Amino acid sequence: MLENFSFRTIVEYLPLFGQGLVTTVWLSALSFLGALAVGIVLCAMNLQRGWLFRVPAKAYIDAVRATPLLAQLYFLYFGLPRLGLVLPELVVGILALSLNSGAYVAEIIRAGILSIARGQVEASVASGMTYVQRMRLVILPQAFKVTIPPLLGQAIVLVKDSALLSLISVAELTRAGQLLASDRFMPAEGFLTIAAFYLLLYYCLKGLAALSARWLGTAGARL
Amino acid sequence: MIWQQFVSLAGSYPLALRGLGMTVMLSVISLVLGTLIGFALGIVRTGGNRLMAGVIGAWVDLIRGTPFLVQIFLIFFILPEFGIELDAFTAGIIALTNLAACFICEIVAAGIRSVPTGQVEAALASGLSRLQRMRQVVLPQAMRIVLPPLVGQYVLLIKDSSVVSAIGLTDLTRVGWLVVQRVPNGLLVFFLVGVGYFIVCYPLILLARRLESRLGAAHGEVQL
Repeated sequence: MLENFSFRTIVEYLPLFGQGLVTTVWLSALSFLGALAVGIVLCAMNLQRGWLFRVPAKAYIDAVRATPLLAQLYFLYFGLPRLGLVLPELVVGILALSLNSGAYVAEIIRAGILSIARGQVEASVASGMTYVQRMRLVILPQAFKVTIPPLLGQAIVLVKDSALLSLISVAELTRAGQLLASDRFMPAEGFLTIAAFYLLLYYCLKGLAALSARWLGTAGARL
Repeated sequence: MIWQQFVSLAGSYPLALRGLGMTVMLSVISLVLGTLIGFALGIVRTGGNRLMAGVIGAWVDLIRGTPFLVQIFLIFFILPEFGIELDAFTAGIIALTNLAACFICEIVAAGIRSVPTGQVEAALASGLSRLQRMRQVVLPQAMRIVLPPLVGQYVLLIKDSSVVSAIGLTDLTRVGWLVVQRVPNGLLVFFLVGVGYFIVCYPLILLARRLESRLGAAHGEVQL
């Protein structure tokens, strides 16, 4: 049993956990921005009529969705130096998370755009709007409402996925737990503490998702 | 140079096959167990017992709120402190089954809730027992909603099984990691690892898509 559970050691390591938590938060935030950028570009390519942009975008999305993030992470981590790109682990990690989540974000945005009733598009065409006007004034404002809750769901997935970066020795939250576990042979103290921190982040994002669903009036946002 | 690497890679194909076998075995065992437990939990969760539903809901939230890597570490390193000695394979199976059961529980619960209450009331009025009601009225209708996300969940499970390489199981990802120490071409090695996963996962993704579009078509018929 855990009769030797040492709260004192946890308190002693609290600065390390704090640093890990902060790193996890900002690297997740940065990766999420990257994922949005990747997702928007992929989605724009995917919605083109011609095959030239659509096919590569679809292939990329399928390839990302059918392979594990860990294999993608190792692909970049061991593969980029081969191309002469020697980047710090942290940068490789953010890149991997952005490229991975971007594929899912692209699908979320696409579903949002396709959820707009066809009549709306036809009406704006009939009103003589250009493609850009149609997107900016009719489709995107409505699609925005539908996409926010699932995007926050993707943010939750991203924060949890960022734990894998500890395997390429990025000093984030899980790494802090591993350090305590291996330095002091206290896995219970290390891993239970980081689990609690991740739960904290999870409930924050979940609360935000619930709030946004209420503000936007989109029902049925289940995370 | 490249040729040498190819020869060296070809030499490690028995290892790659073993890794793929390990990935498939882990996935299949935890997929079957996780589906059975997930259905049971989902049915209990939507049943009348508030306390049980609350306990299950809280557990599902704990599992959804923490990274899978942390769950594996907790199971592998902490269960021994309670006197349960585990090898890496058993720990991996427990972690994956638990994860699958929690997500499938939510999918099943959503499916059961989607069945109109009139159906349950009609079944009650016809004098069907609890078990008959579930088996002959509710579940067959819920399955239409459950099936597409269930298949999608299987894909996630197969991909998540790569994380158990962190506790030293020689699955497909671990094989890539081992090979890349000898053949320093990360692009090629992990491209091949990706192909291995793609072969297993992509048919399931296509199946999920087909089920989803069939569901959409069925819904359209009802609404029209």
